[in-house]
Amino acid sequence: MFKLLDSAVPVACWSCSIGHNDSTLFCPHCSKIQPPPGGDYFSVFGLEPRLNLDLPALEHEFHRLSRRLHPDRFARAEENEKQWSLADTALLNDAYRTLKDPLRRTEYLLKLLGAEIDAGQESKEEKVARTPADLLEEVFELNMQLEEMRAARSSGNADAALEVALEQAKRKFSGLLVAVDDDLGDAWRAWDDGDIAARQAAQKKMVALLDRRRYLSNLVRDVTEVLGA
Amino acid sequence: MAEVRVVGIDLGTTNSLVATMEGDTPFVIPGVDGSNLVPSVVALDPISAQGGRPTVTVGNSARKALIQTPERVIYSVKRLMGRGLQEIQDELKLFPFHLAGDVEEGEVPRIQLGELRFTPPEISAYILRQLKRNAERFFGSPVTQAVITVPAYFNDAQRQATKDAGRMAGLDVLRLVNEPTAAALAYGLDRAKEGTIAVYDLGGGTFDISILKLRDGIFEVQSTNGDTHLGGDDIDNLLLAIALNEIHAEHGVDLRLHPGAVQAVRKAAIEAKILLSAEAAAHFDIELPNGDRYQREIPRAVFELLIEPVLKRTEGPCKQALVDAGITPEQIDEVVLVGGSTRIPAVRQLVDDLFHLGARGKRPHTELNPDEVVALGAAVQADILSGASKSTEEMLLLDVTPLSLGIEALGGTVARIIQRNSTIPASATEHFTTGVDGQTNVAIHVLQGERELAADCRSLARFDLKGIPPMSAGLPRIEVKFLIDADGILHVTAREQRSGQAAQIEVKPTYGLTDEQVESMILDSFDNAEADFAKRLLIEARNEAETILAAVERAPESAAWALLTGDEQRIIYAARDVLKTIKQDEDAAAIRNATLALDQATRRFAELMMEAAVSSALTGKTMKSAGEDLAEAVTAPHAMAAAEFK
Repeated sequence: MFKLLDSAVPVACWSCSIGHNDSTLFCPHCSKIQPPPGGDYFSVFGLEPRLNLDLPALEHEFHRLSRRLHPDRFARAEENEKQWSLADTALLNDAYRTLKDPLRRTEYLLKLLGAEIDAGQESKEEKVARTPADLLEEVFELNMQLEEMRAARSSGNADAALEVALEQAKRKFSGLLVAVDDDLGDAWRAWDDGDIAARQAAQKKMVALLDRRRYLSNLVRDVTEVLGA
Repeated sequence: MAEVRVVGIDLGTTNSLVATMEGDTPFVIPGVDGSNLVPSVVALDPISAQGGRPTVTVGNSARKALIQTPERVIYSVKRLMGRGLQEIQDELKLFPFHLAGDVEEGEVPRIQLGELRFTPPEISAYILRQLKRNAERFFGSPVTQAVITVPAYFNDAQRQATKDAGRMAGLDVLRLVNEPTAAALAYGLDRAKEGTIAVYDLGGGTFDISILKLRDGIFEVQSTNGDTHLGGDDIDNLLLAIALNEIHAEHGVDLRLHPGAVQAVRKAAIEAKILLSAEAAAHFDIELPNGDRYQREIPRAVFELLIEPVLKRTEGPCKQALVDAGITPEQIDEVVLVGGSTRIPAVRQLVDDLFHLGARGKRPHTELNPDEVVALGAAVQADILSGASKSTEEMLLLDVTPLSLGIEALGGTVARIIQRNSTIPASATEHFTTGVDGQTNVAIHVLQGERELAADCRSLARFDLKGIPPMSAGLPRIEVKFLIDADGILHVTAREQRSGQAAQIEVKPTYGLTDEQVESMILDSFDNAEADFAKRLLIEARNEAETILAAVERAPESAAWALLTGDEQRIIYAARDVLKTIKQDEDAAAIRNATLALDQATRRFAELMMEAAVSSALTGKTMKSAGEDLAEAVTAPHAMAAAEFK
């Protein structure tokens, strides 16, 4: 995994042999491209880890670095520089893709900090086991309605009342999703501005919120799928 | 030696083109026949059976052979690139060519052409070699580097097959560029555009939709989607099927048993299709082998009803691309139409509806010829890569991978490691371990596609990680790095982290040729390329010399000659005598230099002539360049030929 903090171990530039900090993409002395640095995604953009990011500034920096690093700029360079351009640009793209999306960014930071986050697919049983306690009743009812709707659809019957109920459920869960996002925003601020204790509390909260969010968005997706069928 | 040229190539299903950039203008390089389009048709010469290597023809001449010797001709080979045996068998139901009899599952299928067999990349290599020759003839110097376009929705195997074809043709493929993105480059060149554009590309055999954001010269693809199995060919086949069925029913002739006759009907179907874009109706009038005539009118309304299911298939990919880009149709500022099939009015209507263009007072862009725009864009990308030009130095293309990359997990499911529409180059690192004590091998199955089950995705390759130090089960930690490069092609490296050993990887591509196979298929002529080229260069240099010598012989007849001083006339004659002598040698470069010297010596004479003949606007030019200005087209085989002294 990537290191959270820049290591200050100096590395000699392959071209001019002058030592530099290893989290740099270009040699500060001769400007030549360097092999992929060891820092985290934030350091690619010269940022400290944080959750509230200035997205237009991030995009601007992404474009600026792309212009310098992209393999198109090294089409006629030596083989080693070509390889580093490819690896550095992949790192830049991976970093930008992760940081520009608020959820990926949050998951990434939490993973950096050692949290176990499972973003993968899960079985039905796991899903039931993880249903948030405050939603148990509603989710149970929603699942019944979804089953009924699927059955109605496959036998060619339209059930207007059921459709209305599902639309209602969709609105409700979408609303809950927005609430989770608001809470996440609060947790971001708490982490960005807090001391060590505040950060740890925020991390815990974010892990739980991401879990809840994933659950809710899967629900909304299922309902949308059935309604749109 | 001049700078190394990088050309842009559109290797199309129906037609192929080669283009370059001069200053800030991209243009298509015409062939010997003056045509910009080289039909993607390859024919095996009948005489080549007499031992030795086959003689092949490419383009218009090959297309003519289609009716006389259909069993020795192949077209639309792009639809077969990078495909497996089963896929090709399905595809070939629509085409008159056949698989070689002895192909086994897991091999790259070969097509039987006369008495010989070729893999799809070899056929494509012949087309590429023709384009390479056209460019060399135009520049008068060897061309070895190229940018080649591919459908955005091409998978890894199809991309690799295209690169292999380039190598067989003696071309160093510096970049594969997605066709819709290339089109956007061509359109974005002359204006500093900002905004979101959609490129709708319906070609001969493939359909692509790409959504791009333009900003400060950066062309950032947001999403792409498509169908590598959908295009004008499908429309031709619909018309063809109607005609063949009706001929069978009404005249009792089953033309399917006569490949040459089928091709004649196909030609008529294509002509009818093209006509229907402009006219309200088209007519079939075909003479049958038994002397009967098959005549039928196809009103445009009937045609549109017929092709509606084909066109409808472009809707889904467009909608998905919008969803993936996270935008609504209203947020698309401009739509660019690419591919010959977008000339069909019903296609334009569909695009208008999809992106709500008319309702917003907008029209799709069709200013650049839809058959040429991809090649022009390839030339722009070639210019960017050669890094030599002011007009493209601010431009940068950031493309995406069209399909998600995954690895097969327990239970035959797919664990996705790089999502579709990720900007490339992109990478992902995964860790693997062993399941049994002392295990030294781990097999990884890599897939491409969006489906949940491995069986429904496309198998890319099976990697065998070997040489893992024997340890207890679960202890080894093998780090595998997957990297998709700027061409959209996957690379894999692996390392055992506890021992620090680089694990060996044995790659078995599911579809595709090994390096050795590609090496062995490099076109023979490439071996002789240097010798051939020198010969051609010499002939061209002598032709140029002849032209200018003839012009100088006629010079005294001109009134301008008398205006030269005696010294000036003597210098011209001296340069002429040098050229006459050197022309006998085998040294093309020396002949060119002597030609150039004579051209320089006649500079003032040319000026005087021009003043007399045309306007003073042409002063300061030599005879040669004045001739170029006077010549209408760049297609003139020799610029000098047009410099007539009359």
